[in-house]
Amino acid sequence: MENSFLIKTKDLVKTYPVGHTTLFALNRVSLGFKPGEFAGLVGPSGSGKTTFLNIIGSLDSPTEGSAVVMGKNVEDLSHKQAAELRNRSIGFIFQTFNLLPVYTVYENVEFPLLLLNLPPKERKEKVMKALEWVRLADRAKSKPAQLSGGESQRVAVARAIVKKPSIILADEPTANLDAENSFNILDTMEELNHELNTTFIFATHDEKVIKYLRRKITLVDGKVTKDEVYEQKNSKGDI
Amino acid sequence: MIIPKLALRNLLGAGLRTWLNVVVLSLSFVLIIWLQGLYIGMGDQIKEAQIDVDYGGGQYWHESYDPYDPLTLEDAHGAVPDPIQNKIDKGEATPILIAQATIYPEGRLQVILLKGIDPAQTVVNFPSQFLVQENGEIPALIGTRMAKSAGLKIGDKVIVRWRDAQGTFDARDVYIAQIMKTIVPAVDQSQIWIPLETMRELMGMQNEASLVVMAKDIEELPVVSGWNFKSLKFLLADVEYLIKTKKTGGSIIYMFLLLLAMLAIFNTQVLSIFRRKKEMGSMMAMGFTRGKIIQLFTLEGAFHSVLAGIVAAIYGIPFLVWFAKKGWAMPEGYDDFGIALGEKLFPIYTAGLVFGTVMLILIVTTIVSFLPTRKIAKLKPTDALRGRLS
Repeated sequence: MENSFLIKTKDLVKTYPVGHTTLFALNRVSLGFKPGEFAGLVGPSGSGKTTFLNIIGSLDSPTEGSAVVMGKNVEDLSHKQAAELRNRSIGFIFQTFNLLPVYTVYENVEFPLLLLNLPPKERKEKVMKALEWVRLADRAKSKPAQLSGGESQRVAVARAIVKKPSIILADEPTANLDAENSFNILDTMEELNHELNTTFIFATHDEKVIKYLRRKITLVDGKVTKDEVYEQKNSKGDI
Repeated sequence: MIIPKLALRNLLGAGLRTWLNVVVLSLSFVLIIWLQGLYIGMGDQIKEAQIDVDYGGGQYWHESYDPYDPLTLEDAHGAVPDPIQNKIDKGEATPILIAQATIYPEGRLQVILLKGIDPAQTVVNFPSQFLVQENGEIPALIGTRMAKSAGLKIGDKVIVRWRDAQGTFDARDVYIAQIMKTIVPAVDQSQIWIPLETMRELMGMQNEASLVVMAKDIEELPVVSGWNFKSLKFLLADVEYLIKTKKTGGSIIYMFLLLLAMLAIFNTQVLSIFRRKKEMGSMMAMGFTRGKIIQLFTLEGAFHSVLAGIVAAIYGIPFLVWFAKKGWAMPEGYDDFGIALGEKLFPIYTAGLVFGTVMLILIVTTIVSFLPTRKIAKLKPTDALRGRLS
């Protein structure tokens, strides 16, 4: 059972010095995620959701404890190895979309593939397929400034999924979207989760997102206070 | 190849900001090549003229001859040694006798150099043929500068007074047979040329000379006692120094322009690093290492010089070619500058000049682009994603 975890953290601690005191962003968090999960970390601002995503995304390292992602302990990874892990296995979706402003939609989605050194033809096929998934193939030549918030986040989703990573980490993906766009994005992610068996882990306090989760982990002051798993789809508020 | 491709994409995507930097930098390209080309052309023009008219393939100087010390002239003459005389007889060299003299144009006294040259010589491109003596009078050849300063015209007669080999003063009338227009002041200013044999006879210096000009491309140069061979390198040292000084002076102008361009690029880079932190964070999240981001940002800066090179080529090549053909007309009175300048200066753009300029700008731009990117080495991905610089 241990081996089936895609991500496994044990007694994860992350502290920050604040003046003369120490702030515990994460306080002995032990969690495991299996392939295909559609899970979310929920809790108020400052509860440690983003910090947890950053550590399992190998963007940050823990103060104590361990985080094993795809069989690799992130603390042991060099800067280059961590970058390699992110490039091959992890996709990120951010609250503010973080699209590269001077690139077109196509070029933004193509960006992670360039690092994988894929041939141009294969890159093009993958980019167009990803854009079709998020129903933005017709906006391939647009620049991010020409897109609405919902469209921008769909581009970010396409960029995250284009390399078909095992894990997608989404930090408040709907925070800057209206309700309609939020549901569209969440429907898209849910479809991808089903179709590609990609593990989605959200950090959110948005009720719309929470309704879609099949696993809800509640964090308060850096500690896991609840870890609830739903057998059925949690959308439309039917549970 | 991804990094250069992305760097170019980012650079072109930045639009007007990029093109402003590129235009300023391209001006540096064109100005450096134009100015340096002008100095190279000027140097070549002066050297060619000096060699053609005055220096030939080098000169043998009598051991007492020092052109910078007029007091030595009295003793700076001697019989031409046989090995050099052989060259003169073969038409591979021509002797020149020099003495100090005074003339009295319109009742004024003017100190001059009296020079004797063989009217039949063909060693240097000097109009000595006008010195062929046709009657009992002594023909004299002067340049336009001398004619202007002495107020002499063709056909005028003027008294020339000198001291001969025994130190006795003597004087004769000479008539101005021709006024030559030459760009070489060294054969013009304060000089009167007369036939060599006449001068030898008047001075009592039979078969003597002060210096002997060798023809170009003469390889066999005899070593003779009492006479020192002065190579073109020695004779042209002053010209080389002049050009070097001019180039240094000129470089201040383009260095200032280059500094402006570098400042603009440095500023752009610093701003980019502050404003594009989120972009860097996103790149790191997608698998870019800090090293690759440093490469990317440095290349973005360095590519300014590549684009500037292209832009400079578009407008610079037609301008430089046109200028090389048309030349730069010298201002009125240029012939009083004391150097062998023509009426027009024609720049010469050598491959070394173009390549050197490209390399200079590329290296300087790359260094200027790299310096601000060192901050990225300390950048944490999480801080970058939040838009903060560590």
